[in-house]
Amino acid sequence: MVERAGRALLSRRRRELLLGAVVLALLAALPLGVSGAYLRGLIVLALLYAGLSQAWNILGGYCGQISLGHALYFGIGAYTSALLFTRAGLSPFIGMFAGGLLSGLSAFLVGIPCFRLSGHYYAIATIVIGMMAALLASNWDFINAAQGITIPFHGEAWRNLQFRTAVLPFHYVMLVYAALMWLIAWVIEGSRWGFYWRAVKDDVTAARSLGVSIYPSKLAAAAISGAATGIGGALYAQYVGFIDPESAFDLSLSVLIALPAVVGGIGTLWGPLLGAAVLIPVQQLSVAWFGSAAGGIDLMVYGALIMVLALSRPEGLVSFFHGRARQEAVDHG
Amino acid sequence: MAEPLLQIREISKSFGSVAANVDISFDVTEGEILGLIGPNGAGKSSLFNIIAGEIAPDRGEILFAGQRISGIGAVACARLGIGRTFQVVRSFDSMTVLENVLVGAFLRARRTRAALRRAEEVIAVCGLAGRSDTVAHRLSPPEKRRLEIARALATEPRLLLLDEVLTGLTPTEAREGMQLVRDLRAQGITIIMVEHVMEVLLPLIDRAVVLNLGRKLLEGVPAEIVRHPEVIRAYLGDRYSG
Repeated sequence: MVERAGRALLSRRRRELLLGAVVLALLAALPLGVSGAYLRGLIVLALLYAGLSQAWNILGGYCGQISLGHALYFGIGAYTSALLFTRAGLSPFIGMFAGGLLSGLSAFLVGIPCFRLSGHYYAIATIVIGMMAALLASNWDFINAAQGITIPFHGEAWRNLQFRTAVLPFHYVMLVYAALMWLIAWVIEGSRWGFYWRAVKDDVTAARSLGVSIYPSKLAAAAISGAATGIGGALYAQYVGFIDPESAFDLSLSVLIALPAVVGGIGTLWGPLLGAAVLIPVQQLSVAWFGSAAGGIDLMVYGALIMVLALSRPEGLVSFFHGRARQEAVDHG
Repeated sequence: MAEPLLQIREISKSFGSVAANVDISFDVTEGEILGLIGPNGAGKSSLFNIIAGEIAPDRGEILFAGQRISGIGAVACARLGIGRTFQVVRSFDSMTVLENVLVGAFLRARRTRAALRRAEEVIAVCGLAGRSDTVAHRLSPPEKRRLEIARALATEPRLLLLDEVLTGLTPTEAREGMQLVRDLRAQGITIIMVEHVMEVLLPLIDRAVVLNLGRKLLEGVPAEIVRHPEVIRAYLGDRYSG
């Protein structure tokens, strides 16, 4: 019989799942209230980044291994799917599966040497590996080097993941992706692996004393996180119709993948979605408003926003919603 | 006579030029409470970490239930049934008490519900039932020590290593802590305790091993230990200098 405390934990998880279903329904209905193509496009992008950042969160948030090289897995997913589609005529659904597999494998391989490093050194190593991959991609003729790959229109069909009016169907594609990533994080949170990863993040020595193998735990988290990121890359390629090393492997992309989770609340279920909901519109709108007038102002606005959020909400945007509960805990404590 | 649960055979360990342990040998019988005592710097922590698998000895070997465990690592030791606490507490600070203990419980229980049951059981045994939902970093120091014990207990150890769990407690807390240790032994768990405050330890233990300057000074029942001139010298020296 599970007692009071255990029941509280299980029912908290059920409430999260219920809330997830409600949010999913609201997001599914969102296009009904938003008519402009620009705004809809913005939402598609925000949903994609919510999913990507949740994928990053599996490794960076739950397991505490800060990767700044996730563009590598995104790029591998995007290129695998795009190449299979353009050169072999394979459906992107096969492509994203193959791409996810390859990027998961790459994350595993990157982890083998890099998880021997700890703390900041792991983050630095992932930056370097990401930059190496970007350089290789822009010089590798087999994948069109710096020219990139244009994905030709093979006719409107779900099989091809291509649509004449691309925005609305992709709203649902990205929503399913973000929802799936959320669900994976939810399952992990309640499972043995999830608890082991959080233990690894908090205290390696204590985790070992309880029988938690550190290295395999990190590798498993990295493989899942990398595979999930690769699938997002494949979806992005199909959505935009064009990828090149700049858009699929760049360091700035790695930062963009990590930021929503960090700003929204690292290692939390809702952080990546909240972070993406705030950051992606601000980033896109600041480009639209300031970008053309003077180069760099958009980035200053974006940077200033991140600083304000980091200073006022160091635990992330999710803490807005925990505010009252936490205050009560302080009063009682 | 039955084979001892733990056999320590000529263990030596140096850190640089400092010899932490020199040729230490003793046995621990199943079901006993053994005290590991000695002044600061006697090599207690080092030996403790060697038994727990956290560090490997330079020489010598340790057998646990007849199996060689020296050098196999902390994870393997935990799997074989050695649980431990840390002198400087190492809670998972972002997690609640229940979640902390769950990490330990998952060693034997693969499914979340089974792990929850085990975790709640040991939380109750350790007197933390009212604190299950509290985040670990909000606990008071004595509560954190209890959490360390609960977490280790959740792994269902045959041998429990307690590193100064009774140090720095008020007399009432220390009495409660001693009762907890007795209860654990009554469940059949073998216990090795490190303390450098002898008054707390002596009424609790069946036998003691005294270390000084990395060597084993002697072993025996508490009554023999307190009368031994070398123990008195080692201790008084430490106390007056410290």
